[in-house]
Amino acid sequence: MGMTITEKLLADHSGRERVVPGEIVNATLDLIICHEVTTPPAVAMLKKLGIHKVFDPSKILVTPDHFVPNKDIRSAELAKQLREWREEQGIERYYEVGNHGICHALAPEQGHVLPGQTIVCGDSHTTTMGALGTFATGIGSTDLAAALATGELWFKVPETMRIDLEGSLPFGVYSKDIILSIISKIGVDGARYMAMEYGGSGLPSLSMEARFTITNMAIEAGGKSGIMPADQVAQEYVKARTSDAFRIFESDADAHYASRHRIQVSALEPMVALPSLPSNGRFISELSPVKMDQVYIGSCTNGRIEDLRIAASILAGNKVAAGTRAIVVPATTEVWKLALKEGLLEIFADAGCVVSTATCGACLGGHMGVLGPGETCLSTTNRNFIGRMGSTKSLVYLASPATAAATAIAGVIADPRDYLPSSGHPVLAPTGTDDYLWGV
Amino acid sequence: MPEIPTKLRGRAHVYGRPHINTDEIIPARHLNVHDEAELARHAMEDIDEGFVARVRPGDILVAGEDFGCGSSREHAVWALRGAGVKVVIAQSFSRIFFRNAINNGFLAIECVGAAELASTGDDLEVDLERGLLLNHTRGAEARFVPLTDFAKELLAAGGLLPFVLAKRAKVVA
Repeated sequence: MGMTITEKLLADHSGRERVVPGEIVNATLDLIICHEVTTPPAVAMLKKLGIHKVFDPSKILVTPDHFVPNKDIRSAELAKQLREWREEQGIERYYEVGNHGICHALAPEQGHVLPGQTIVCGDSHTTTMGALGTFATGIGSTDLAAALATGELWFKVPETMRIDLEGSLPFGVYSKDIILSIISKIGVDGARYMAMEYGGSGLPSLSMEARFTITNMAIEAGGKSGIMPADQVAQEYVKARTSDAFRIFESDADAHYASRHRIQVSALEPMVALPSLPSNGRFISELSPVKMDQVYIGSCTNGRIEDLRIAASILAGNKVAAGTRAIVVPATTEVWKLALKEGLLEIFADAGCVVSTATCGACLGGHMGVLGPGETCLSTTNRNFIGRMGSTKSLVYLASPATAAATAIAGVIADPRDYLPSSGHPVLAPTGTDDYLWGV
Repeated sequence: MPEIPTKLRGRAHVYGRPHINTDEIIPARHLNVHDEAELARHAMEDIDEGFVARVRPGDILVAGEDFGCGSSREHAVWALRGAGVKVVIAQSFSRIFFRNAINNGFLAIECVGAAELASTGDDLEVDLERGLLLNHTRGAEARFVPLTDFAKELLAAGGLLPFVLAKRAKVVA
């Protein structure tokens, strides 16, 4: 019997020939990512136990992201604790406000994520980084404390759910629609404890940006991780950002899967997940035009440059509807700068959108667009739980950046296919933008 | 070393709905602190505003499927523990919540049908040795999934950090 990528990665990092699902292994960690909400409690735990040094500062990346720029005095205290701790530990990979970003978008963008790594972070959307062929999973603060002290962590080897994406995306349909359709099919606990592994004929045609959106939401199906093989597209993405060597793991042809699913990507329509679960996805053609008080484009799910390009291509020359507010939050400072250079920020501003600096912000009801009672928001984020973006009496709808942009113009839930430039996917960016940014 | 109690008795607080998420257990607007007593003042706030006023030390929280799904915030475990909850019994748990609970030495027990077996206010007993949930008010009982040996080891050590440190000390010795 062969092994899946996840099993191979965990076997490799725990010094074993092979592992099987259900086994508990103690695995070494290649990258630990720290932000200001869950790290200070971990640091406090270690100090209390008299542990004053992290195992290896070079394997740690730190950025404040949730409530930055500081939303209140207490958040400022957390960010300050994070800053002082990283200085005292001599952690060099630090991204201060001004260079910061939502950690799951920032870490791969800045070349810190390499295929074959094991990655943890005190945040459930750590699964995002599995799109580069890593085992990446979210943990709590106690796990984080143990990881920072020892560079190791125990894991139950997960079973793997295999999902094959077949065909290519139709006009107006994006990777967000793929993952919303998967979660709607299997439910918010459909992949509980499992690694969600992707493959199929449709995968090579998806950009890294599009892939991150899919692995980002593994947790929304209860998954332990989302993982994709590091193919040509992934390897090129990494090589453009770092010269560090990496290792490729691939699932064996006879690997065992707990279940297998096939998604006909070419048959999808734009999807909207209705309040208040990510699994409440509906094809947009089934929906009535519900009025939206706010549209939010951003987050670790959909705040990357490709997302902003798509939204801008729809918003260009249009205005946000009266009675609707549109908020655009680039996921990282680098995305913000690129959007500036490509003229996207001007398009958003002219359309009447607010553009913020990178932050998790209102995605989790923090700041920069919190909802009041009775308000509705169509959001490109990952969770539409009760109270997620503010009042428990507000309602959140999840969709792609294209659907969000169309909805901003219409003021009601709208089909992006009615607003997109006439044919094919919009390519607003001048060819070679990434070349210019990454110097390849 | 703290011992795992073999029997726990307390009043039930039942939330039978599936997928109660960590945003409901402790909303993100309170994540600018991590002091347990302070978090406890907001436990379950977005699903039941009256919970904090009613809960007493030693009480038992009973839930449906996939309890604690969503964010990885350990603040959810701290808020419940701080509010006095001794154990959470659910049909099933999201993996990060379960992991955070055990890592804290906080009991999280999976019991099929737990939410149907109890109503809020019932007098419940959890017998860890026999793997039984007893409802003394109704005179009913249900079997639950015994904790794995690994989870028991962590609980017996008082949580992940003491467990890891003890192992380390052994290696050094």
